This record gives sequence, C-alpha cells and structure tokens, in this order.
Amino acid sequence: MEDILNAVVLLSNFVVVPALAYGSQLALGALGVTLIYGILRFANFAHGDLMAFGTMFVVMATWWMQGAGLSIDPLPTALLALPFGIAAAVAVSLLTDRAVYRFYRRNKSPAMIFVIVSIGVMFLMNGVVRMVIGPDDRSFGDGARFLIKVKEFREATGLSEGLALKLSQGLTIAVTVAVVVALFRFLQKSRTGKAMRAYSDNEDLALLSGVSPDRVVLFAWAIAGTLATIAGTLYGLDKSFKPFTYFQLLLPIFAAAIVGGIGHPVGAVVGGYIVAFSEVTVTYAYRKFLIYVAPESWRPEGLVQLLSTEYKFAVSFVILVVVLLVRPTGIFRGKVI
Amino acid sequence: MIVRVTTTGNIRATRMQHGRAANEGRDNVKCNPKTAPAALIGALGLMVGAMSAGIAEDIKIGVVLGYTGPIESLTPDMAESAEHALQEASDSGILLGGAMLESVRGDSTCIDSAAATAAAERLITSDNVAAIMGADCSGVTTAIANNTAVPNGVVMVSPSATSPALSTIEDNGYFFRTAPSDARQGEVLASILVDRGIMDVAVTYTNNDYGKGLADSFESAFTGMGGAVSAVAPHEDGKADYSAEVAALSASGSGHLAVFGYVDQGGKGIIQTSVDTGAFENFILADGMIGQTLIDSVGSDLDGHAIGTLPGSDSQGAADFVALARENGLTGDCPFCGESYDAAALIVLAMQAAGSADRAAIQGKIMDVANGPGEPIGPGELAKGLQILADGGEVDYVGATNVELTEVGETYGSYKELEIQNGEFVTIQIR
Repeated sequence: MEDILNAVVLLSNFVVVPALAYGSQLALGALGVTLIYGILRFANFAHGDLMAFGTMFVVMATWWMQGAGLSIDPLPTALLALPFGIAAAVAVSLLTDRAVYRFYRRNKSPAMIFVIVSIGVMFLMNGVVRMVIGPDDRSFGDGARFLIKVKEFREATGLSEGLALKLSQGLTIAVTVAVVVALFRFLQKSRTGKAMRAYSDNEDLALLSGVSPDRVVLFAWAIAGTLATIAGTLYGLDKSFKPFTYFQLLLPIFAAAIVGGIGHPVGAVVGGYIVAFSEVTVTYAYRKFLIYVAPESWRPEGLVQLLSTEYKFAVSFVILVVVLLVRPTGIFRGKVI
Repeated sequence: MIVRVTTTGNIRATRMQHGRAANEGRDNVKCNPKTAPAALIGALGLMVGAMSAGIAEDIKIGVVLGYTGPIESLTPDMAESAEHALQEASDSGILLGGAMLESVRGDSTCIDSAAATAAAERLITSDNVAAIMGADCSGVTTAIANNTAVPNGVVMVSPSATSPALSTIEDNGYFFRTAPSDARQGEVLASILVDRGIMDVAVTYTNNDYGKGLADSFESAFTGMGGAVSAVAPHEDGKADYSAEVAALSASGSGHLAVFGYVDQGGKGIIQTSVDTGAFENFILADGMIGQTLIDSVGSDLDGHAIGTLPGSDSQGAADFVALARENGLTGDCPFCGESYDAAALIVLAMQAAGSADRAAIQGKIMDVANGPGEPIGPGELAKGLQILADGGEVDYVGATNVELTEVGETYGSYKELEIQNGEFVTIQIR
C-alpha cells in the first residue's frame, strides 16, 4: 500500500504538478491565439513576443514597487504590478492594429499576408523587448516560494517520496481557472461576447445584424493582450523571464490551439493541457515508478524513458503535424488553418 | 571557469575587419616548419649579429584573447597579467642582451573561429610575432593552432583552453598550455567521490564541448575506480525550465547529482529545480559551477551537500603572484590570471634559453625551462631566471600555478577540493 502511495506521490511531484502548471500557462497563451484567429482570421505569430512585452512591463513595475517597499507578502509583488503590464500589452496591441493590421483588413488581404505581417510585428516586438530589458534572465519573483515543501510533506506523511508545490504553480492554476471562467462567462453572457462569437461564426451576417466590427476587433485585441500578459507573468514567476524563451513558447502554444481546434476557446484550454502532459509524460523516466508498482522480478535495468529530454520541443511539433494530418479541425472542430 | 564556453553565439561583426587585415599581411614571409631548420641557422646568425651590434629591435609577442564575446569580462585581467611578465623581462635588461618585448593584442572572440584565425594570422604574418600567448576558449584555440600557428611554426601557449581534444591535435610540438586538460579534472572528481565513499551518481552536463568532454572523462575515470554512473543526461543552457531534465535524472535513484555546467546558466536551474522538487540533495560541481551566485540563489540547502573542484592551488607561487600583482596594480586572484602570467613567462624564458627570438628556437626550449632540472623560478623572479640562463645555467619555471608540463605540453594541474559550508565555498584540500 505504501508503495502505491509512494508511486502516486512520485508521479504527482514530477509529472502531474509541473504539467498542470505548464499546461495552464500554455492554455492562457493558446486562448489568446485562438481568439485572434477566430475574430481576425489569422495565426498571430507575434503572440509569444506580446507575452514577453507585457511581462517586461510587469517586471519593471515589480522592480519599482520592490524599490518603493510595496509588497503583498506572501504573494508575489508581480500580481500587484500585473495591471501595468496588461495596460501596456493592450496599448501596444491596439497600436499595432491601428498602424499595421487595419490597413490589410481594409484591403481585404488574404490570411497569408496577415501571417507574414504578424511575423514582422513579432521581430519588431522582439527587438523592442531586447532593447528595453535586455536578452538575459531577469528575476522578479518574491514572496513565499512554497505551498508544500518536500521535507515537510515527507515528515507529515511518513512516505519516502516527497511532494513539492510551489506558490507560483498553485497561483498559476488558480489564476487560470479564474480567468477561463471569467472569459467564458463574458463570451456566453455579455452582449459584446455574443457579438464577438457572432462575428467569428459569420462575419457578413453579424455585420447585417448591426455588430460593430471595430468594437469586436478592439475587444479581441484587448483580451488577447490581457491573456498574454497574465500567461507571460505566470510563466516568468514559475520559471524565469527571458525574452528568447517566450519566443520559443510560440510552438507549444500553437500546437495547443490547433490540437483543441483553433478558434475554439474550450479547445485551447484542453489543448494546452494535452500538449503539456504529452511533453512531460513522454520525456519522464519511469524507472522509480515501476520499482514501486511492479513486482520485484520486473525491476527495470534502464531508465524506462521514451524520449530524451532534449526532444521535449519535438513533442509539440509531432503533435502539431499529426493533428494537421489526421484531424485538421482539432478535437473540438475548430476552423481549418 | 567560463572560459570553455563554446556556445554557438553570433559575434560576427569583427570578421570583415580582421579578414581584410589578414589579407593585407598575407604576402609576408611565412616560416614553414619543414624548411625551418635550414633557415634557423641563418636566422640565428643574423640575430646574434644584430645583438652584438647593439641594435636589438623590439620583439613582438602576440596576446590573443577574447576581448569581445562571452568572456570579455575576464580577458582584460588575463592580458594584463601576461603583459606584466613581458614587462618584467624587458625591464630586467638581461633578455637577449637587453631586448625589449612588445605585446600585440589580437581578439579571439572566444567563439568565432574564423575571426580568431584571421586575427592570429595578422599577428603572425603582418606583425611578425615571435610567439603567441593564447588563445583562451578551446574552440578558437584549436582553430588558430590548426589553421595558422602550427602551419607557420609559431609557438602558442594557452592559459585557459581546457578541452581534452587539445591534447591530441596535430601540433608538431608547437602548442602548449598552462591550463590542465579537463580529462584531468574528471579524474580528480572521480577520486574525490571514491575517497568519500560515494559510488553511485547521476550526471548532467551542459551540451557543448566542455560539458561533454568533462562528463566523458569523469564517467570513464569513475567507472574505472569501481563507481557506477546511473544516468547521464545533457541539458541545454538558457532554458526557463529544467523540471523535465531533473525528473528524468531523479528516476535513476542515485542520491548524488554531478552537474558539469555553468553557474549562471542551466547548471543553476538544474540545482534549483532539484532542491525544489526534492529530487537530489547532494551535488558534485565542476569548475564552471563554482560561484557565489549559486549559493546566493539556492540558499542554505546546499550547506554540507555540495562538493566541487576548481583548478588552482594554495602554493607559495599562487600567493606570491597575487602579492606581485597587487604591487603592480593588477587584480591577481582573477580566474586564469596566474596561468596567463605563466604562459607569457614560459615564452620569455624559452627565448632566453634559445638565445634567440626565432620561432622554432623558442619551441625547442619551452619544455626545458618549464620542467626540471634547474633552479626553481617563481612569479616575479623572471630577472633571476633570465640571468641564470644567460650564464648558461638551467631553470625550472614554477610560476604562479606550479607549472610542470606533460609530454604533450600541458600542465598536470592541481585542483582545489571545495565544499559548501555555511554559505561559502571552503577549500578542503589540494589535489
């Protein structure tokens, strides 16, 4: 019995908890991508760097608050600084829409043009972030570090395996649940949310019914900027803030959005967790787990690892390719890219 | 320490400039090692003639280090240490009957082999240096040795390139180093573990020449001594999250994790994640991981749980060098500064022993002055050494880092065995 419990705790510590936190971060990112795809009908490659941009402002505001002695200990100061980052990300989203995307929207440019344009915007934002805050690791986390500590868990339960739950992981999961619930309520119940869904389903019909396209686009960008900043800040708190890793996040985020069905908000959330759990479970080594649960004679010699950890990124790539080949609409029948 | 960074960076800006300089200098006379012996006699005669006529010209020595790039913060101190040795020799007035040495700096960039080769080529063909103190990082050092220094018959003495691969390059005996090969560090680490009764470890290394070379040499030394390596996994630097790597390593069931990485990079992330998740409590650190930042960021969990190695010794020479450096307004206890001073000193002494600044003649004498028999020469005693050589005696250069060269021309190296105690690295003993 104790072996089974140890095995469960082991998997929770190294697979379930990290994958839940990572999946939540991906889900928030994928929601933003999917929303822009649903409303504006293009794959926004600049989303990863929008995350970095928003987070950069959160980091700077956090530093300023730490300097000024503001704190909400044991919670990280970054939560207090979040509104500044969100405001900056929304402002820059609206500004790029006004300066760049609106021109192509009025010209009714094909989706491919939009994608290429978004890559241009991505490079621009990339450069701005590097110029302002630099390419290096920036740490901005403070407050308590752990909700559950390994040693305390071991002492409390008497098990040989321990479970760690970082505050940033708990926070990520809680904030994601709150944000997703709020977003879904907004999309289902509010007038603007309904208008956005109508616009996404059928642009012409929505326009005929009096939906204001400018308003829908404005809200889409505002929500995308907000989600990007929240996702980026949670990722930075949990892991670390480095502009390049945010650019790299683009791949799993797109994989998540497409697996779930792009343009479909529920799909983005489910896709986020699918990608995160695949990455972690495929690269985890199950040797210790099997030692706990399998009979003595089955004890594995090797590490029992399907894929070496260097190939973690390849997992989201494979998921992306397989989904596009087998079921291009994704699990929840989103739009076809 | 960080000197073996062989990351694929992209500092390319200097290439054009260096390339042009190298082309301009290309029509200068090259000294082919095969024809060198014949030319040698003539050159010797000329030198002796010039000296006796009392018109000794400045002799140029190349100081090739990465003044730009990933270790640009270390190289100024290294260069100044080397140049101090040259200055000491010039000031003595005894070198080759009163010759003066002039340092010519070249930028190795640490990571861009093409730029480094072009810079060295310029020094060799255009500035006509007698020998080169450098280069610093293993990758560019190999490139310079293979592409220009060895073909032109110019001695290179590197203060900090530690890749095991440099032990076996085709150098015709022209490449030396005052830094030990990482193969040696692997052996030292393995013997420390065996002495402490640690027989089962998991290993993670930074995915480049330095990390891979060190992990390989450690693994073979450790298993040779009866230890078991339960898992070996590389990690990439610059990632935000190392939980997958740590999870995989922890499945090995080992109680100790050896981390061969960089303290400001992935290595710290691996240790932080291991401590956070309780995957490992005990760590073994190679030289790239030794840094106060590790202790500052991970905290007291490392006290008594981390052991490591760092090249260096607490010999009289090391202390003397720091004192000498302080007297002359240099830093002294900076990484690879003693090695840099020693590298330049070896060149100077070999020149004196040969009685000539000829490239091939210097090469023939480096081993003689570095190893016994002869009068031991410490840092700051170059004048004494030069005098002994001028009088026809023999010297055994000891220098700041206990210089003693193996038959392939690199130091055996001594390492500090360190342990983290009460929030700082404490030297347990010298190996």
